[in-house]
Amino acid sequence: MLAALFADLMDLGGLLLVIPLMLPVVGLLLALLVRGRTLGRFALALLLLGLAAAAVIAAAVATGDQALHYQLGGWAPPLGVALKADGLSAVMLLTTAVVLLGVGIYAQRGFQVPAGLPETRRSLAFWTLLCGIWGGINTVFLGQDLFTLFVALELLTFSAVPLVALDGRSETLAAALRYLLFALLGSVLYLLGAVLFYGTYGTLDIALLADLIAGADTLPPAVPVAAALMTVGLLAKTTLFPLHLWLPPAHAGAPPAASAVLSALVVKGSFFLILRIWFDLMPALLTLTAAQVLGALGAAAILFGNLVALRQTRLKLLIAYSTLAQIGYLFLIFPLAAGSSSVALTAGALQVVAHACAKAAMFMAAGLIAASLGHDQIRELRGSGRTLPLTVLAFGLGGLSLIGLPPSGGYLVKTLISAAAVDTGQWWLYLVVQAGGLLTAAYLFFVLSQAVPGPRQPTPPHERPRLAQQLIVLALALCALLLGLLPLSAVDLLEIGRPAAADSGAVSALLADAWTLDKLWASLWPVLIVAALVLAVRYRQQRKPPRPEGTSATLSPGRALDQLDHLLRQWPVAGLLLLVLVAALVQTMLVGG
Amino acid sequence: MTSALVVDAALVLLVLGLALWITAARAAYGAAVGFVAYGLLLTLVWVRLAAVDVAMTEAALGSGLTGLLLLGAAARLAPYEADEHRRRPGTVLRVLVGVLCAAIAAGLAAVVLLLPDPAPSQALAVAAHLPATGLGNPVTGVLMAYRAVDTLLESVVLVPALIGVWSLSTEMGWGGRPGFLTPCRSGSALPLLARVLPPFGILVGIHLVWAGADDPGGKFQGAAVLAAMWILVMVAGLREPPPVSDRLMRFLLVVGPLCFIGIGAAGIRLAGAFLAYPEAYAKPLILAIEAGLTISVTAVLGLLLAGPPVPEPQYQRQSRRRS
Repeated sequence: MLAALFADLMDLGGLLLVIPLMLPVVGLLLALLVRGRTLGRFALALLLLGLAAAAVIAAAVATGDQALHYQLGGWAPPLGVALKADGLSAVMLLTTAVVLLGVGIYAQRGFQVPAGLPETRRSLAFWTLLCGIWGGINTVFLGQDLFTLFVALELLTFSAVPLVALDGRSETLAAALRYLLFALLGSVLYLLGAVLFYGTYGTLDIALLADLIAGADTLPPAVPVAAALMTVGLLAKTTLFPLHLWLPPAHAGAPPAASAVLSALVVKGSFFLILRIWFDLMPALLTLTAAQVLGALGAAAILFGNLVALRQTRLKLLIAYSTLAQIGYLFLIFPLAAGSSSVALTAGALQVVAHACAKAAMFMAAGLIAASLGHDQIRELRGSGRTLPLTVLAFGLGGLSLIGLPPSGGYLVKTLISAAAVDTGQWWLYLVVQAGGLLTAAYLFFVLSQAVPGPRQPTPPHERPRLAQQLIVLALALCALLLGLLPLSAVDLLEIGRPAAADSGAVSALLADAWTLDKLWASLWPVLIVAALVLAVRYRQQRKPPRPEGTSATLSPGRALDQLDHLLRQWPVAGLLLLVLVAALVQTMLVGG
Repeated sequence: MTSALVVDAALVLLVLGLALWITAARAAYGAAVGFVAYGLLLTLVWVRLAAVDVAMTEAALGSGLTGLLLLGAAARLAPYEADEHRRRPGTVLRVLVGVLCAAIAAGLAAVVLLLPDPAPSQALAVAAHLPATGLGNPVTGVLMAYRAVDTLLESVVLVPALIGVWSLSTEMGWGGRPGFLTPCRSGSALPLLARVLPPFGILVGIHLVWAGADDPGGKFQGAAVLAAMWILVMVAGLREPPPVSDRLMRFLLVVGPLCFIGIGAAGIRLAGAFLAYPEAYAKPLILAIEAGLTISVTAVLGLLLAGPPVPEPQYQRQSRRRS
């Protein structure tokens, strides 16, 4: 009977895409009518349905070996609006469903309505906004029309911003306002670009635009300007270094579940649109110097984000800066795509999936640790490994994926990027990837070296986490860690619906090569050395009384880094950087073309 | 021809002059008043560009409701304004900002001039398929048929926006009434206006929605007029805003988008695609959706202006202080 149901579902074809588009939206609307006390379970049921729908779509794309298309209202573009799910979209839908289900299970406790109340502000806001984010990001993955995608981005942003201020303190409100204003600036730039595309070609459909752009001998100057405006607008929403002014304060005060969603999913929505613009709309961009600009920003993000993460004293902010670094990896693929676009795209998609699972797990693990200790100061984590063994384990396993150790998804990403960097002679990218991994290892082991030793806490924990919460965090971390063990055919899914690459099989060859013993060892030994160094430093610190605050030299490199970070997050500086980036991208696109 | 040119030139000068004035205005309240006037001038500009639908939207939403929101915010921020003035940046920085803004404006103008002329357009295709929808207004055709999904998602985006405003309340205030609009002082002319104006305003609002099928107008413009009437009644103190937990109000908030999705889903069976309409019933179905959306958009706009809920004692105190 199940087989018959499955066959029926497959027959629906493109109509299937309406489910991930509308299910979250219906959920968002009905959530206002559902009784407050059952809201959490209602959302959970919806998320389960959503996971099933995403799985069916992935299966339909995989078995049909082609992208699913749908024309809304039966109107063909350019008049109407089309939806499409290629392998990439299907994988993203599935990742989103998995991560959101994890967050949904985790948040059952924190956002339930206490006995005696019909409804609370936190509960209603969290569950409705979670549906809003889900609907926005699903539309981003499916939409093929630049304006529909704009509306999707707005749904995503307007749902994400209030989550930052859910705790209702004045500093969280300020952080949310910061996020809102900067994200809206990004929206305006994106919309301006979309207007220029429409003004030039009279259509907003990505496939039609791609044909028109590819068919033209010379591009009208408005086109590179539009691409640059849209890219920079989306960078502001993705928080690529140096446009990260809202990221640290937002995470500092957001509830852990909200941080998990923001870091794992929301910033990936705008990144996905950058992928669509550079790989689908104007693949010619990838051969220009502009791709190097994005790559350089990505490399800077990896080094800067990881170094600043090392300086953090709060666990949550450490994870937030680690997100800044991990977003950097996503942009390394642009300068590499000129060599092999399928290798670059696979690396980018794997990084999105691996980071989404790992980072959601780590933020939620940090949330459980903070709830249990009553704080999240890294230097005072002693004993949490005994009190919350599963949670600390999940944090560590998620971290292994961020470092890029086998068999994690992060390992595949590093393997692909390193190989592509060597192939295209861009050694500096190879070095950045290796350095980034080691810096990540340094702060991960530092956190673990604080959390693991020590006796069980003598004082009872502030709040004892539920087993379900600990298990779901561990499950998400395992998803990231075991991603590398997926069969190669799963990676092939990413290629479905894309124009056949000249170097098909390059990805499979590289990935098959990743499992030789010397490769595994080569990825392991530097990390082991870093681990040993961290332990040695920690041992010395324990024997030495800690230096009092504020007595260290004022011009230490660490201080300088903090001050640079502070400077970059000032409004005038961030605004100027936005303008400079637009100018730089326009310049490199016009000259290169 | 020349007289039209004179009018246009005067309009452009007025718009630019007013924009400069708003930028230079010292008090936020004055700037907000200027902004409302600026919106009305822009409405005229849109009329001159023969975009009557855009003009109506600008007048109702861009100038009217946004202006009201800004006026309210300016009034609330007034106590902190002197402090803010003392901390304003130095002349050099302000000149620099001005130069940069001018450069951006010049860059935008250059890009717009780069676009091909005549602009490529879907207007012919829009007109060619309009009979299938039973509509006469091509703008409504785009919004309700060809690009229905955008309209649907836009009406949905309003809900998280409202929840964002509501979430600014304290946990204690949840379930209370929105406290942003406090009734005016007794003895003012507002209560009289709020008794006389709404019957006409409601008629105009409904007419805009009804006429939108064939002539300029539509649900967003109509809903803005209706919301303005509701706000007038609330500010005049004739009716209190409903508590955020009010079941009926919650239903009104979502009935429009839900009805849109329901009819869209029925289209899968009846017309072969999600958000498609069977040709024979296209117009009545579109009107039904528009009616639903008008209700929901009116409710959302009114509640957005009414602000986050406050605890009942605080609400009572605020009301008493004014009356």
